[in-house]
This record gives sequence, structure tokens and C-alpha cells, in this order.
Amino acid sequence: MKILVAISSVPDTTSKINFTNDSKEFDKNGIQYIINPQDEYCLSKALHLQEKLGAEITIISVGDASVEPVMRKALAIGANNAIRINEEPKDSELVAKEIASVAKEGEYDLILLGKESIDYNGGVVPGLVAAELNYPFVNAVTGLEIEGKTIQVTREIDNGKETISIELPAVLAGQEGFVPENQLKIPNIRGIMSAKSKPFQVIEPKFSGNKVSIIEFEKPASRANVVLIDKDNLDELVRLLHEEAKVI
Amino acid sequence: MIYVYIENSQGKFKKVSYEVISYAKNLADSLGDSVTAITINAEDSSELLFTYGASKVLNVKDESLKSFNPRTYASVISNLIDGNYILFSHTNESVSIAPYIVKEKSAAYITQTISAPLSTSPFRVKRSVFSGKGIAVVETDQPTIVLTLSVNSVGAKESPVSGIEEKIVLNTPIDSNYIVKNEEVSSDKLDVKEAELVVGAGRGMKGPENWGIIEDLAKVLGAATACSKPVADLGWRPHSEHVGQTGKIISPKLYIAIGISGAIQHLAGVTKSKTIVVINNDPQSPFFKSANYGVVGDLFEIVPELTKKLKDFKGLH
Ligand SMILES: Cc1cc2nc3c(=O)[nH]c(=O)nc-3n(C[C@H](O)[C@H](O)[C@H](O)COP(=O)(O)OP(=O)(O)OC[C@H]3O[C@@H](n4cnc5c(N)ncnc54)[C@H](O)[C@@H]3O)c2cc1C
Ligand SMILES: Nc1ncnc2c1ncn2[C@@H]1O[C@H](COP(=O)(O)O)[C@@H](O)[C@H]1O
Repeated sequence: MKILVAISSVPDTTSKINFTNDSKEFDKNGIQYIINPQDEYCLSKALHLQEKLGAEITIISVGDASVEPVMRKALAIGANNAIRINEEPKDSELVAKEIASVAKEGEYDLILLGKESIDYNGGVVPGLVAAELNYPFVNAVTGLEIEGKTIQVTREIDNGKETISIELPAVLAGQEGFVPENQLKIPNIRGIMSAKSKPFQVIEPKFSGNKVSIIEFEKPASRANVVLIDKDNLDELVRLLHEEAKVI
Repeated sequence: MIYVYIENSQGKFKKVSYEVISYAKNLADSLGDSVTAITINAEDSSELLFTYGASKVLNVKDESLKSFNPRTYASVISNLIDGNYILFSHTNESVSIAPYIVKEKSAAYITQTISAPLSTSPFRVKRSVFSGKGIAVVETDQPTIVLTLSVNSVGAKESPVSGIEEKIVLNTPIDSNYIVKNEEVSSDKLDVKEAELVVGAGRGMKGPENWGIIEDLAKVLGAATACSKPVADLGWRPHSEHVGQTGKIISPKLYIAIGISGAIQHLAGVTKSKTIVVINNDPQSPFFKSANYGVVGDLFEIVPELTKKLKDFKGLH
């Protein structure tokens, strides 16, 4: 069983977001990068399968050399090998095409991606990878059991959950809850040492020509100063919500 | 031609569907075009969609689409579409159908849209990035565009037209590689992503046994309930309620945050709310900086009192 886990390198969740060069670019100054949290759930899930079924886990990132520290961390956590597509990811469709191409050539059985990245938040790449490959796709996955070539996938639906039985190969977009918080894998010393010697392939991109481009960035409008209301005067809060905010 | 895919839940149109039709109608007006809505196994009347501006409804009935499968849904929709704009709500379901259509039509794909088009040639819109900490203006010159609209971003607006309905009966072959086994739904709960009013509570609640006061408040308001991440991780509340950067990103009209400190990761999921009320006993809580209204004090006193006041208010109005 071969599993491909897509890893997106994103600004740490505490980052302050600023733009530079006339608001045309994201300001990378002082930003720490981490594994996209939802990718971390996927990776941990894959590692549980590695323990149980002896699955082989490859991580893939589309990015320039600056994403390597984050990839090394994923190797330290326990992935077997890594592939980096050497290109700064400017367009989600191109990212999806590169990942799909590796998935196809490497004959991976299962492709796991995060439901959404916390930088571009597109929720675009996973579905497009599935569409490129014409594989089945499940979004917002919170559970996975494997029996041979058949998988049982649980996904979150409005107000509940649904279980689906799928024949591999398949593409799944995992999210929070995919593994319980206390089963998230973290690197240990041995993992960190061995990460340095694990197979790490760098491949040049195959696709070019983006259909969508970012023209500029803006910051959202900031909120006016808070109006404090005395706890003994909650009628006033109700009045403000009704008359001023007009939300009730 | 502008197409809109209309989601339903147990046959009833979802609220987000009216929002995406309104968006499409607005776009159609600026282009001198019209809106065609596609529904699959809906039970609600197409009249409801005419009210929001759809001039045609393709009402698909297909027994084999009773359970959801992104690929078969996409192929059915693709076959009905021949136009340059194909619009969806940005929901888990639509986001799993849309990519197959993008591929089939070689379309440009723009997700998480939060504004009306700034221009239509080239096509330019704003989309949300960095979990609401930023906005990107994006552009495409492609002839076919698939777009997903961020939920509660532009709102629904009635714009009645006299429409026509076309019933389409299909019998799509079942995909034996993808079988839905079972569904568990609790139908009495409002979905936190779709809700216009949301009451969220955090670790300040002390324990799951205290959630009654939150549910009472939510009930009076007709609001959905949400929680902070540690609350979900501790198992006090289900993960489906967790909002924030790593949970759900919401944009209701009103978010009331109770006993939540306002960590940056929590804020990233809720700052798109139109109005924010914070109830916290620590006047230094960072959440007050991101609130419109704040009440400093013990939530165990304030919340039941507020519920009572709201009950009185609702009685009068
Ligand atoms: C990678 C990463 C991702 C994360 N993603 C998210 C996310 O998506 N969503 C999220 O919510 N968090 C997220 N977090 C966690 C976040 O950093 C905070 O730890 C979390 O939001 C705190 O939850 P809380 O406010 O409920 O609890 P606390 O920080 O413990 O705050 C409790 C609050 O309740 C108040 N309080 C206590 N008693 C009372 C009382 N009697 N009356 C009134 N007020 C009272 C306190 O003053 C305090 O402000 C993430 C963290 C990391 C590292
Ligand atoms: N540059 C990238 N390299 C590898 N995987 C990526 C990249 N961008 C996005 N992904 C994957 O796609 C998921 C969703 O990203 P997005 O479509 O940007 O919201 C992420 O969680 C990753 O698993």
C-alpha cells in the first residue's frame, strides 16, 4: 500500500499577516512556517496506517527550497520519503496537476490532502487532484478504515456524518478530527536524526500557464472600538443589538 | 448563460442557495444575461428560486442520486450546462463537485469569493485568504469560470422573476466504486456554518455539564452553537462545533463569544462575523479588542440574565 500525503508549508497560526511591494505580495518577513494543520492530521493518520498495515508514506510539496525544513519535519515525524516539485506555488490548479502527475506515475493507492490550507484557504487542490486523476473524492474526512482494496471513509455532513465504502485508488481531504488530538504524531530524536538520510527527491515542474492570478491584497476593515455594557444593564445590550446592530 | 447549483438538505433548499442565486442574479443583470438553477431531488417548489431571480430551474429527479457522490453529481450537472459561469456555494459538498466540472469544462476556478465582481472582463473578484486575515483580488480572462461563494458573504436578496421549470428525469448508472453506507443526522440542530446567529463558548464554561445555559440562549435567539478548539479537544462538545483557523470559519450576522479568551487562532475563524459580542470576566481578555459590544463579568450570572432579557424582548416583538 502506497500513500501520498500532500504537505503545504504555511505561516504559523500566530502570524500577523502583512502585505508588501504595493500590496502585491505577502510579506514573508519574520514569518515562521509550519505544516498546514489539516495536513498534519492527514500525516498522522497515514502513520497510523503505516504501523498497522506497513504502508509506505511519501510526502509531496510544491515549493521552492524554502519549504524543505517543513518537509524534513514531516520526515522526522515518520514519513518514508519526500518529493519536492521545485516551483513556487502561484496557482492551485498547477499545484494540483503536479501532485496528480506524481500520484499517477508512482501508482499511489491513497492520496491524502488537507481540506483547506490556512494561507490561501482555497480548498481547491484536493478536489482538483481527484478530478485530474478521475479518482473518487471525499471532502471533510474525519474517519478511515482500510480492508484490502476497500476503504470505509467517514465524512462530516451538515449536522452529522456519513460513511462511504470506496474502492482504491482514491483522494481524500482530511480535516480536524481525522485523528484525535492526543494521537497527533510529533517528531522524536531518532526521527529527527533519521530524517536527514531519508530519500528526498527534487523534481522540476511539468506544467505551466495559470488561469487565475492574484492582482493585489487588502487587509479586512478593522472593527470600531468595543462598547462596554454594564452587566447590570443587559437591557441596553438587547437594545443595541436590535436598534444599532440590527441583528435581532 | 449563468448556472447555479442549488443544494438541498432532505429535499429543502439550503439557505446558502438563496444567497448564491442572488449573487448570480446580480451578475446576470450586469451582463444582460439570465440565471438557470439546477436542483437534484429537491422537494421544495421552484417558485422559491424564481423569487430570488432564477428565470429557469432544471429540476432533476434521479433515484440513483439519492445518496451523494461528487463524481456522478458532477457528470449530471456538466451535461446540463452550456454557459460561461457556473456558481456554487462554498460548502463541503459543492467544493467536492465543482472540481470535476472545472476539469470537464477546462474552466478557471475561483473559490471563497466574498464580493460581487469588480469587473467582468477581465473577471475580477475578491476572495478571502489567510483565514480572514487578508483579502486577495483575483483575476481571470478565461471564457468559462467556476466560482464558489463564501457562505454569508453577500446575503440573499429577493428579486422576483417569472421563471419556468423544466423537469428532467434521469437514471444515472450507480457507481459501484462509491457506496454510501449510512448517514447519521441530528435534524434539530442548526448548522454553525450556515447560521446567521451563533453563540460560542469556551473553556470559561468549566465543564460540559454547564452547557445548558448556552443552549438556552441559542434557543431564544434561534442561533447555532459553537465552541473553541480546547473545548472540542477535551470532548466537552463535538468537533463539528469547533470554530477557528483549524476548525470552521464562520461569518454570521451575530457572534456571541462566552468565556473564550480570543486567541488569534480563534479570532481567525470568527472575525468575518458582522457583529461580535464578548462576555468575559477578565477585562484584559484580548477578545474585547475584536468585539463590537462587551460585557465584563461572570458568565454564569450574565448568560441566564441575558437569555431572560431576550425572552422578554421576543415577547414584545
Ligand atoms: C496550531 C493551532 C491551531 C489552533 N486553532 C484553533 C482554532 O481553530 N480555534 C480555537 O478556538 N482555538 C485554536 N487554537 C487554540 C488557541 O490558541 C487557544 O488556546 C484557544 O482558543 C483557547 O480557548 P478558550 O478561549 O476557550 O480557553 P482559554 O484561553 O482558557 O480562555 C477561557 C476564557 O474564559 C474566561 N472565563 C473564565 N471563567 C469565566 C467566567 N466565570 N465568566 C466569564 N469568563 C470566564 C477567561 O477569562 C478566559 O478569557 C489553536 C492553537 C494552535 C497552536
Ligand atoms: N504547494 C503545495 N504543495 C503540496 N500540497 C499542497 C500545496 N498547496 C496545497 N496543498 C494541499 O492541498 C490542501 C488544500 O490546499 P488549498 O487548496 O490551498 O486550500 C493542503 O492542505 C495541502 O494538503
